[in-house]
Amino acid sequence: MLDFAPVLTFAKLTIWEAARRKLLIAVVILTLVVIGATAWVFHELRYASGPGGGPELSEVELLLLASQVLIFVVFLFAAVLALMSVLVSAPSISGDVESHLVLAMLARPVRRSELVLGKWLGLAALVVLYAAGAGILELLVVNLTTGYTPPSPAGLIAYVAAMGLVLLTFALLLSTRLAGMTAAIIPLIGYFIAWVGGIMGGIGAAFDNQGLIVTGLVSKLLLPTDGLWRGAVYAMEPATVVATLRAAGRLSGGNPFAATDPPAPAFLAWTVIWFVLMIGLTLWSFQRREI
Amino acid sequence: MVDLQERQAAAATAAASPAIHCVELSKHFGRTVALAGLTMTVPRGEVFGFLGPNGAGKTTAVKLLLGLLEPTGGEGWVLGRPLGEVAVRRRVGYLPELFRYQPWLNGGEVLRVHCELARLPRAAWKAETGRVLELVGLADRAGDRVRTYSKGMQQRLGLAVALLGTPELVFLDEPTSALDPVGRYDVRKVIHHLRDQGTAVFLNSHLLTEVEMVCDRVAMVDRGRVIATGTLDELLGGRSCRVRVTGLDVGQRRVLTQQFGRADDDGEWIVFRGLEAERVPDVVAEVVRLGGRVYAVEPRHETLEDRFLQLLGEGR
Repeated sequence: MLDFAPVLTFAKLTIWEAARRKLLIAVVILTLVVIGATAWVFHELRYASGPGGGPELSEVELLLLASQVLIFVVFLFAAVLALMSVLVSAPSISGDVESHLVLAMLARPVRRSELVLGKWLGLAALVVLYAAGAGILELLVVNLTTGYTPPSPAGLIAYVAAMGLVLLTFALLLSTRLAGMTAAIIPLIGYFIAWVGGIMGGIGAAFDNQGLIVTGLVSKLLLPTDGLWRGAVYAMEPATVVATLRAAGRLSGGNPFAATDPPAPAFLAWTVIWFVLMIGLTLWSFQRREI
Repeated sequence: MVDLQERQAAAATAAASPAIHCVELSKHFGRTVALAGLTMTVPRGEVFGFLGPNGAGKTTAVKLLLGLLEPTGGEGWVLGRPLGEVAVRRRVGYLPELFRYQPWLNGGEVLRVHCELARLPRAAWKAETGRVLELVGLADRAGDRVRTYSKGMQQRLGLAVALLGTPELVFLDEPTSALDPVGRYDVRKVIHHLRDQGTAVFLNSHLLTEVEMVCDRVAMVDRGRVIATGTLDELLGGRSCRVRVTGLDVGQRRVLTQQFGRADDDGEWIVFRGLEAERVPDVVAEVVRLGGRVYAVEPRHETLEDRFLQLLGEGR
């Protein structure tokens, strides 16, 4: 039933639009500026002195510090990626419907599902490309300035990209029915709520509070961004940090910048199901939209 | 089972030849009835005018026929294929009423995207885009971004998009709404060109004079239903004559209008419809016999507009 050629045409058109509208170039320039700034920060770390003008940091201290600073820097990148994914996806379908741009395209021998999948594919390519490009560059900068490389660079990039994909998928679903602004605000609020929900769940687990545990679980199931963020954090933690956190026991549970374990396989399986459900819902919703 | 097969066979036979055939096609948006029950046949190779006041359901009908909307009821065939079939759209062109094309692409790029979506062979793209750009008079602006185009130029681009791949049927929804008189003349030329090459044109319009100039056949719709359909000659029913008369009382005027068939009494002017030219002196003689005074006699063709307003009036 589904034809792949129009899907690729719509994907290409989506990337083309981002490029022509100077969105890509603006994001690339800003990202380079931020990476440059963090290069300076990491460079400064190497030559930072101990308390009271004491001797320079030892190699072990430097690596530990670099690993923690990296987590904050990646958090910033993840937030930028989340914002970008949502802002690009939210008007993607609704804008074309409101401007009547879809009419001439859908009167061609194409299905609505092919348009939706093409848009998703094009936007997903942009998200993955950004996550990979910015991630690799940042890790190179950290490595060159401090000599530190996180334990799982590929895992880190994959988790951050997956967060962007989750938000893009959610925003695209809303875009089949809601105007751009509304379709953007809802996933962004969801992203923050899921983050707070993750903290709540951690605190609940630490203090055996069932209510908080369920809150954390529900927010994780509805929008798996925070669960994926914990995966990214785990991918950035050296063995010593993980060991320290584990020794601290449940008290580290509420910290959104720490993870004692990688995401459970069940959670990762749920994330895949979540994508399938959301994309299915998007296709269904747009199929029924009057244009 | 046999019943169903018979129905399908009958449907296939009915749909084999016409460009469009639909029976009681309807569309409701919630409680709003956009199209009440459209039944009509559009022959192949003709220019078919689809006329109606704003809100009559013209654009909804086009969207249903193109498969852009799902009908609430009824059935239809386009080029012999049931409504909603994807493959038939390879043989159909469409200029929407609210036309818009990617403002960040240039005209040539928009056409190439549509060549790709229409599944034209890649080797033919260049010649085909060149051909349609030439036809609509946009060849010298093909390299400019669509966002720099005037409204009229965007409508010309839309027309070019609709003509790609030499379709067997082209839907033009108010194709001259943004055009100046020169642009309108150009569109008429394009429509004549399409008819010459055997393409059926479904022209949605409320510009009656335009329709009169290009259409072979028309359907008039009002409130989602066809109120009249036929060739222009069938619909207009020959000549009419307008006479300015004074000095007759109401009873005398009624006698006069009843004597000469269809007539509208419009104050000083009485319009006699479908009146043969040789009967005009008889009308004047009768007015004089009744004691009236004749100031003017204007024999003329009935226009589509007259007929349209008259039909609308009868229906309401």
